[in-house]
Amino acid sequence: MIVNMEQSAPTVAPKRKPVPRHWGEWVIENLIQLAGVSTLIIIGLIFAFLLREGLPAFFEISPATLLGVRWYPIEEMYGLLPLLAGSFIVTIGAVVIALPLGLTTAIYLGEVAPRWQRELLKPLIEMLAGIPSIVLGFLGWVVLAPLIQKAGAPTGLTAFTGSLILAYMSLPTIISISEDALYAVPKEYRDGALAIGATKWQTIWRVVVPAARSGIVIAIMLGIGRAIGETMAVMMVTGNAANIPALGIGMFFQPVRTMTATIAAEMGEVAKGSLHYSTLFAIGIVLFLITFSINSIAGRLVGSQGSRRSGGQL
Amino acid sequence: MNNKIDVRNFNFYYGDFQALDNINLAIREKQITALIGPSGCGKSTFLRSLNRMNDEIASARAEGEVLLDGKNIYADGVDVVELRQHIGMVFQRPNPFPQSIYDNVAFGPRVLGQARKNTLDDIVVQSLQDAALWDEVEHRLHNSALDLNPGQQQRLCIARAIAVKPDVILMDEPCSALDPVATLSVEDLMHRLAETYTIVIVTHNMQQAARASHYTAFFWLGKLIEFQETRKLFMSPQEELTESYISGRRG
Ligand SMILES: Nc1ncnc2c1ncn2[C@@H]1O[C@H](COP(=O)(O)OP(=O)(O)O)[C@@H](O)[C@H]1O
Ligand SMILES: [Mg+2]
Repeated sequence: MIVNMEQSAPTVAPKRKPVPRHWGEWVIENLIQLAGVSTLIIIGLIFAFLLREGLPAFFEISPATLLGVRWYPIEEMYGLLPLLAGSFIVTIGAVVIALPLGLTTAIYLGEVAPRWQRELLKPLIEMLAGIPSIVLGFLGWVVLAPLIQKAGAPTGLTAFTGSLILAYMSLPTIISISEDALYAVPKEYRDGALAIGATKWQTIWRVVVPAARSGIVIAIMLGIGRAIGETMAVMMVTGNAANIPALGIGMFFQPVRTMTATIAAEMGEVAKGSLHYSTLFAIGIVLFLITFSINSIAGRLVGSQGSRRSGGQL
Repeated sequence: MNNKIDVRNFNFYYGDFQALDNINLAIREKQITALIGPSGCGKSTFLRSLNRMNDEIASARAEGEVLLDGKNIYADGVDVVELRQHIGMVFQRPNPFPQSIYDNVAFGPRVLGQARKNTLDDIVVQSLQDAALWDEVEHRLHNSALDLNPGQQQRLCIARAIAVKPDVILMDEPCSALDPVATLSVEDLMHRLAETYTIVIVTHNMQQAARASHYTAFFWLGKLIEFQETRKLFMSPQEELTESYISGRRG
């Protein structure tokens, strides 16, 4: 056996690994490999399918139409801008709400709260992530929307309503991951700052949070990722009007229609193979490109800071 | 010569465990005082009592007095944050923040609101010069401090500490993570700093204490066994325990 191993050693990268001594291990190894490879294949197939169904739209519909401001498929008006604007407004709103809330909660949990509170609250918050989005949609519809209308908006079903729901949905991710990042910051940094005579708050804000920034960036990106792809809850509370609101604070209090809601609402009633059908897939491609670039930007940000050894990296 | 710090009947506990037992010790102004003794005898605990860094440990409890310029730092109503601005600290493992060299040194003046932008530059340059680091980092002030080697990082931590012009600098085995060359350069630096600052340094390296300090305190199991001028303590120790420790028979 030993002789055998030594003989096979100089062979550079043999095509097949020699059958391991234990057949059980051999099976496990190959199963894992199969699982890994099939995941890749499935992802590839999904993407190929998306392209096959969606690409025709880009060839058959003129760019001018696609960049138009009207989404009205029955009249062959396939302007994607209102849908892009809808997704964009709802997502921005969600981030603006969720980021400060999530970060301060994480700081409270990680740096301020006594231990028993941390141990009680953290699992509770992580549990929130498990609430089905349809339930949140209901909540938004029944509770939030009437409140917002009472507060003076023309209707309760607005981009802001959607943002609130999405913010709530992304909070557990943002809190949990940023808190982990804060927790990973070495104690030496805190000691260093405190010993200079920084207050606790200065220490947190000027040393601990910056040291954890890459983890916090990941947290936010994952939060955005969840928000931009969310469908059901958003469809229920944003009013689904495919128009482009005028730029300004008012745009958050108008009904909008997101890309995801459009696909979900219209896919059921469209003829397979029609131009409309293909356009819905084209929207899927656009959505895919957006989330893909958010992820790679996040990766870039984290990478450029991660190349130096520092605290708080995940 | 004045006593900068006067420690009187000082006891210290971690929960039920007594880490320091009735310490009485006077630290002279603008002198280097070394704390020696075997590992676990309470040197770090004592050092951290001088700027109340032990307050950060939940189970910790102190009794007795530590007078800084005649005022008890453990008295009611003492502002710990303000106290630490007068007593800088350098740690065993260099701990520069994961920020630029400049930002590390500027950290203190910024949080204490001491400096406007133009004077801040001066403070940073001056502190780096005083810490004998300026020549090595002059052209890369905005690079990450983590790119420096350990010896440079430790001098950066010294620069960061002196940027707020403390009276006292506490050092906890500042050379234990450094190579011999870097160690000598830090010792060299200490000597120059002692013209301006009162320095208390923990070391378990007796050659270092003998080389680099004016006074030496020998701790053993939480007790202060002997406190002397360094030369006397090493040449003619009064206590048998000291004698056997420094001659290497114990510890
Ligand atoms: N945070 C702490 N909690 C409980 N005990 C501690 C703590 N820090 C130190 N000790 C104990 O106090 C004693 C003195 O420790 P220390 O001051 O670190 O010694 P030295 O620096 O001389 O090696 C040791 O027995 C150590 O185990
Ligand atoms: Mg120690």
